[in-house]
Amino acid sequence: MSGTREQVFPTRMTLGLMKTKLKGANQGYSLLKRKSEALTKRFRDITKRIDDAKQKMGRVMQTAAFSLAEVSYATGENIGYQVQESVLNARFKVRARQENVSGVYLPQFESFVDPEINDFKLTGLGRGGQQVQRAKEIYSKAVETLVELASLQTAFIILDEVIKVTNRRVNAIEHVIIPRTENTIAYINSELDELDREEFYRLKKVQEKKQQETARLDAEMKAKRLEEERLSNENKESGNNEPLPESSVPISTEVLVAEQEDDVIF
Amino acid sequence: MAEKRTLLAVIGDENTTTGLLLAGIGQISNSNTELADKNFFVYQEGKTTREEITDIFEHFTEERDDIAILLINQHVAEIIRSKIDAFVNPFPAILEIPSKDHPYDPEKDSVLKRVRKLFGE
Repeated sequence: MSGTREQVFPTRMTLGLMKTKLKGANQGYSLLKRKSEALTKRFRDITKRIDDAKQKMGRVMQTAAFSLAEVSYATGENIGYQVQESVLNARFKVRARQENVSGVYLPQFESFVDPEINDFKLTGLGRGGQQVQRAKEIYSKAVETLVELASLQTAFIILDEVIKVTNRRVNAIEHVIIPRTENTIAYINSELDELDREEFYRLKKVQEKKQQETARLDAEMKAKRLEEERLSNENKESGNNEPLPESSVPISTEVLVAEQEDDVIF
Repeated sequence: MAEKRTLLAVIGDENTTTGLLLAGIGQISNSNTELADKNFFVYQEGKTTREEITDIFEHFTEERDDIAILLINQHVAEIIRSKIDAFVNPFPAILEIPSKDHPYDPEKDSVLKRVRKLFGE
């Protein structure tokens, strides 16, 4: 990708734009990198907690299963059917709360119990009511652990996704956008230098031409003057009839030459 | 989207389901009509087919929008493992739980497998 650049006209304005873009890209890169690091730290923390919570869940569920075994022993029958039939409304519910980690919303489940609902008034009425009560409590605690674990797991899945996206962006900026902008800047700079050299050479050429022209005109003037001097000398030799008007001519030509010279140079 | 998800659902064997129902997670919507919709499903060893589990799993994860957490016994999850591995949405959270007869094996857990993969273990 190092050879690519953006399709732009190499002008000073584009150069300014590209420089601003490069600055922005660098800033964005460092910010995203920091975001990704913060998220990864959080992510590692969560994975560790998930591992612990899963172990804990194994133990809790075992205890709960044991308490249910006590219930069936005490009641002497399988209460499963009765329980399933008497269910109507959920007593144990969860509520999702949102937590913000570096701009990512992670849901956090919170369990709550509605004390007014009790669907199992008749379960264990004959025998084993105490065990049923105990099993209820133990299972409620187990479900709380499960809810906690579910929050961690949801956070894990969301964070995983967000970290992937952020890393993709970081890599895109680092390996595509920044090199490309730098290439474009280098390209614009080289083009501008090229133009500068061309301009410089052109000016030198023009100056050279002008100097040649001046030298040619100077030579012409000199030749003319020499010719005139020669003519006036011839006139003097032949007869001194009109000395004053003749002498005024060379003076006027000199003024003319000076004017011309001024013009030629600038 | 997460606000109205308040229920827990369960797919599990009889003991697990009974225990969780005792904790009070069960809810039957439209209980008096023919469309009674339970948020729990009892898996019976040897009786329940793979199709039934797949159907109920899809029902809980895709059709119902009031379920926040789906609890599923690990040995049941093992039957529809490919479906669970393919399910990547954050909601509902799928949680594999151990049952009385099948102790928990972290090696099989879909989420833990992802954790392990990320850390290259």
